[in-house]
Amino acid sequence: MATLASLLPGLAVAYLLARREFRGRALLDGLVHLPLILPPVVTGYLLLLAFGRRGWFGPALAEIGIVLSFRWTGAALACAVMGFPLMVRAMRLSFEAVDTKLEQAAGTLGAAPAAIFLVVTLPLALPGILAGAVLAFAKAMGEFGATITFVSNIPGETQTLPAAIYTLTQVPGGEAGALRLTLVSVALSMAALVASEWLARRAKARLRA
Amino acid sequence: MIEVSVRHRRGAFALEAEFAAAGRVTALFGRSGSGKSTLVDVIAGLVRPDRGRIVVDGVVLLDTAARIRVPVHRRRIGYVFQEARLMPHLSVRQNLLFGRFFARHRSGGPSLDAVADLLGIAPLLERRPAGLSGGERQRVAIGRALLARPRLLLMDEPLSALDAARKAEILPYVAQLRDEARVPIVYVSHAVAEVARLADTVVVLDEGRVAACGPAAEVLRRAALFPGRETAETGALLSLRVAAHDDAFGLTHLDGAPGRLTVPRVPLPTGSSLRVRVRARDVLVAREAPRGLSARNVLPGTVVAVTPGEGAHARVEIACGGAVLVAEVTRLAAHELGLAPGLPVLAIVKSVAFDEETIGVLEI
Repeated sequence: MATLASLLPGLAVAYLLARREFRGRALLDGLVHLPLILPPVVTGYLLLLAFGRRGWFGPALAEIGIVLSFRWTGAALACAVMGFPLMVRAMRLSFEAVDTKLEQAAGTLGAAPAAIFLVVTLPLALPGILAGAVLAFAKAMGEFGATITFVSNIPGETQTLPAAIYTLTQVPGGEAGALRLTLVSVALSMAALVASEWLARRAKARLRA
Repeated sequence: MIEVSVRHRRGAFALEAEFAAAGRVTALFGRSGSGKSTLVDVIAGLVRPDRGRIVVDGVVLLDTAARIRVPVHRRRIGYVFQEARLMPHLSVRQNLLFGRFFARHRSGGPSLDAVADLLGIAPLLERRPAGLSGGERQRVAIGRALLARPRLLLMDEPLSALDAARKAEILPYVAQLRDEARVPIVYVSHAVAEVARLADTVVVLDEGRVAACGPAAEVLRRAALFPGRETAETGALLSLRVAAHDDAFGLTHLDGAPGRLTVPRVPLPTGSSLRVRVRARDVLVAREAPRGLSARNVLPGTVVAVTPGEGAHARVEIACGGAVLVAEVTRLAAHELGLAPGLPVLAIVKSVAFDEETIGVLEI
């Protein structure tokens, strides 16, 4: 959920950072990367300040029916924010690797800028975009600090995998459950990595053959 | 009809070019750094000039004074780049149809099959660009530009990235394009041989300015415009007709304004027109008819001008019938023969001086 939700803004920000010169570019760059550097707990606390029930935007969002604090939506938001820099970095690199000469050529063939993005830039950057999405997914799966600070650790609502494992290790007799979840975590991560590797390789092979 | 007037400054380089051309093929000639590529980028809309006006067949594409600037994708200008710039994630067929998709609401232009046949790329349609040779890629790029139903085709040194063999492979296709596709072409080159074979109008650029602009035959006679190694390649450009073949000796007789020329056999039917370049360095000058001469072409004419060049050379322009031949001789020879305007002389050309490089393709 977090990965899907951050895919489009991730693409937009990555493209802006890769291709456009604009005022505040450095600021946006810094803002995107902040969650990577800040302690996760700080990020979670900032999210709480911003989107909490009494936060800066919380009441306004509640008016239109979006409540983030202590809900799974909040957990998704926290995971998305934490995964965002990883996603943007990978996507930005792949956008930068796309030859602008090909985009120019597409323009002379009658493709408008939006069409160029869809049929030239996006397909050529696809391997990196997938890699970015998988990284963000893996990060979301493993997110602990920001989530627990922002939306606490409510089973079935805001509990992430590591949070659940942590809870289980804190109660007597929880080791078996913790081990099960650890195996699930390892399997999911492996599957994600293998999938992204396979997709990236297929995309590359298409360019060569 | 193409009208271009551009002023553009980037750093120390200033482009200030203005020309108008009506022919089927306009060659933009100049050394590297003379501004040719910038000029075609401006025509295509990839570079935004400080000031300028570009009109193609009556359609204003750019007029900075009137604040008109048609964006790249609406200019309908096909562009064949030095490097083919094919889309690596698409097949050859998809690449060819790329521009056609965006031009689908307009009619006219050749079909995919016609273009594939013309360029000899029909067997490649299902391949990917990465698997093609340089020459094949460039032909696909030409086809792709043609299928986009362009009003003008820009070709920026489309042969420069290729070796001599690949060049010889593609040049005939470009010539055929000129005669069959009915799309005006602006052809950028720094090779006199290519320009002479293809162009009707030649525009010579030097340091961002137009040094000469006019019919190919006139411009190519002026050696000073083509400095360096290319000087030797300049000379007369003649339009001739196949008069007869001499099968016993493998020769072809060509008739035209300067008289009759005998060249190695040309595989064209009698009566067809073709373009022949007579390089200045291939022409000898004699004051009286030599005897026992191996050269087959002896054309009587009158000296029009003698221009001393750099070093030991001088160029002699000789009017033969309705055409002007150019001979490159030593200044010493010009002096000893007393060559001066008005003097009747003979221009002598060896038949073997005519080869694939100088005998152009069929003209329609």
